[in-house]
Amino acid sequence: MLDTIVSAFALIGRLDGDVLSIAALSLRVSVCAVLCGGLIGVPLGALVAVVRMPGRGAVIAVLNAFMGLPAVVVGLVVYLLLSRSGPLGAAGLLFTPSAMIIAQTILITPLMAALTRQLVEDADRELGEQLRSLRLTATQRARILAFDARFSLAVVVLAAFGRAVSEVGAVLVVGGNIAGHTRTMTTAISLETQKGDLPLALALGFVLIAIVLAVNAAASGLRWHAMRAYG
Amino acid sequence: MDVLRRSLLSLAFLGLTAASALAQSPRAITVASTTSTEQSGLFKHLLPRFTAKSGIEVKVVALGTGQALDVGRRGDADVVFVHDKAAEEKFVAEGFATIRHEVMYNDFILAGPNADPAGTRGADVLGALRKIAAAKAPFISRGDRSGTHAAELRYWSDAGVDLAAVRGDWYREIGQGMGPALNTASASNAYVMTDRGTWLSFKNRGELAILVEGDRRLFNQYGVMLVNPAKHPHVKAADGQAFVDWVVSPDGQRAVADYKIEGQQLFFPNAAGAGRS
Repeated sequence: MLDTIVSAFALIGRLDGDVLSIAALSLRVSVCAVLCGGLIGVPLGALVAVVRMPGRGAVIAVLNAFMGLPAVVVGLVVYLLLSRSGPLGAAGLLFTPSAMIIAQTILITPLMAALTRQLVEDADRELGEQLRSLRLTATQRARILAFDARFSLAVVVLAAFGRAVSEVGAVLVVGGNIAGHTRTMTTAISLETQKGDLPLALALGFVLIAIVLAVNAAASGLRWHAMRAYG
Repeated sequence: MDVLRRSLLSLAFLGLTAASALAQSPRAITVASTTSTEQSGLFKHLLPRFTAKSGIEVKVVALGTGQALDVGRRGDADVVFVHDKAAEEKFVAEGFATIRHEVMYNDFILAGPNADPAGTRGADVLGALRKIAAAKAPFISRGDRSGTHAAELRYWSDAGVDLAAVRGDWYREIGQGMGPALNTASASNAYVMTDRGTWLSFKNRGELAILVEGDRRLFNQYGVMLVNPAKHPHVKAADGQAFVDWVVSPDGQRAVADYKIEGQQLFFPNAAGAGRS
């Protein structure tokens, strides 16, 4: 056990350009997915928070439950959709980075929507009365409240990024772990584990954790600056 | 709201540039193949040679043989490169390929704990399996419809062992690839059937050693097929055929023979046109 960890650390210094491009792909796929997921999930969550409608409780329950969507199942469904024999097969997207972005977007959209819903609803409890007295529409109130909660929403984005970048089940199925095309950090780690090269797998794991840490540090830095400038 | 709009816009722009950077090169084919060819490092050795010669990039999706054939059936690969003759001939019979070419062979080995509690050591795979079943010694099975799994089931039945009747706690189906099977065997000191290529490139052997090898029954033939463009019109027939032709050409066969780990040749070319040298 100790031996493995020691040799893993020794390996980190010798990781080559391949690892860099794999890490870059991981980042690109997950950032794109967070972007798409955010464009859908954040407005959706904010609207659910302010709109009073029948069946709202059920929508919230579904959103909350789908935060725990099993990645492999999402991968399988996207695989069947994008397969040449599936309904969207003509696009030829299977085994491409785009397929991985689609799968991860599906995976994290409910997560972003559910967390946004909670944050905006909390903000609504404070400001909602005033906004309603101004006779603003639900869409307007959702926008104002989401903007008000923007610094807290950064955590939602980070949580979604964390789920996307660390997920292996979905990208493995729809991406195919093709060397140089769809091999991400997580699928590479899983491959090296299968090959029994545990030190290399662990070294890649450390690199992935470092990337996630760096992204989170950069985000808190940005947030701190933004709060000082615009807070 | 301005800040929000501006940051959203710049994020969207970033996303678009990232997406365009992900665009694929125009000439590329997808090959569905097996974990044994990918994880043994053979493709890393072969593909750059083919790409340099033809300008066609090859994307390999490594799965078990059964799964790889399914990917071909669904039309999600242009070429399949697998090792289960019976399943491949069925694939051709169903019309998903028009012709199957033999490419190369390697061999299976039976690995197990160096102490060999069941006394299997030797060159008789059927006898070894009978002894394992009699001793109820732990045995790891792939259980994933791969070529290796199909071969293992064939050996059990040839050995006259009725798995359904004798299976118990000692026979463990893990439903995963060759690497995980070896990892599991290594962790639990169990017997396991593996192809030599994966074995040679596998690093976490622990107490495991080769116990049975050299039995002629352990011969493991690989075949390559172009997915039938009549079934799946989008198949890149010309580029896929170029890959198939190259693999069975003297040049491709030489590249197969050249691949060595620790000085040992892993795959032995035997395509029909190349002559059995």
